[in-house]
Amino acid sequence: MTPTTHLPPLTPLRAFMLGVRALLPMLLGVVPFGVIYGVVALQSGIPPLAAFLMSSLVFAGSAQFLLAQLVGVGAPVFLAVGAVGLINLRHALYSASVAPVLHALPRRWKLLLAYLLTDEAYAAAIPHLLREPRSPLAHWILFGAGFSLWAGWQLATLAGVLLGAQLPADLGLDFALPLTFIAIVVPLIDSRARLIAALTAGAAAVLLVSMPYKTGLFVAVLAGLVAGAFMQGRGSR
Amino acid sequence: MSQTALILLWIACGLLTFAIRYSFIALEGHYQPPSWFIRWLPFVPIAALTALTMPELLLVSGQLDLGVDNSRLWAGLLAIAVAARWRNTLLTIGSGFVAFWLLHHLG
Repeated sequence: MTPTTHLPPLTPLRAFMLGVRALLPMLLGVVPFGVIYGVVALQSGIPPLAAFLMSSLVFAGSAQFLLAQLVGVGAPVFLAVGAVGLINLRHALYSASVAPVLHALPRRWKLLLAYLLTDEAYAAAIPHLLREPRSPLAHWILFGAGFSLWAGWQLATLAGVLLGAQLPADLGLDFALPLTFIAIVVPLIDSRARLIAALTAGAAAVLLVSMPYKTGLFVAVLAGLVAGAFMQGRGSR
Repeated sequence: MSQTALILLWIACGLLTFAIRYSFIALEGHYQPPSWFIRWLPFVPIAALTALTMPELLLVSGQLDLGVDNSRLWAGLLAIAVAARWRNTLLTIGSGFVAFWLLHHLG
């Protein structure tokens, strides 16, 4: 038995449901986004089956919009693959963040959880993982969050593909996504260093928006990290 | 592009995305990230999600727009205030959406 005496008893199902419950509110933002993806993909000239399969083969929100857009304008394949890699590069940092929690697991768990590792699953699970990193069942929390996002995303994009062009584009449903991100980020900002990180990244993303293929986003995230770590370093001295 | 070519393109993009997500999970035990990397990690979700959000609020068709008719900006600021005060996800999204619809359709 592992000496995790101070932790509450956690069953796989309970841990899974913790992850599901943490993620469910985010589906309010993700489902409209997925429906809109389906509509946008069809409008880019992508056949319905391919549009739907992208959601499981690539499984990445904003990168799927970017990819549909690039295919629609006839961009070369190497550029499309490179753009998707660039916009998803931030997931390497999530990967490093959850790696200590997963390192003792069998490989099939690591492969599954890596496939399910998205912005939303990470954001939903990480508060629990930070609280219970030694729990031998912590990976079930990430699985619960990742699986509910995956299922919601598949169903939402399927609905979007089926609705196709019948859904009017000016409903403003895509605004649910920035609102979801606001709801996640604002409560995380509990120190001056974190506030500086957010303001720097946000301002840089706005200033660098004209950089090609969303590379400005990546530079903005790095700028926010540098600013936040610098402020934290100053505060600790 | 044919449907088959598109699906092959999705597979290439999916393998790359998976490789990024699997990278450090696979390296764990063989590679220790440097301390600055660990120190920066808590800032990752904050910086990434804010960088994705701010252009949505401040830019209209790629141009900075601080005007009263930029419904997303004012609805977003209200949502930020609600999130800071009550820290409630549903309340934040709901209030932001109601404000956006009112500003967009009545404004």
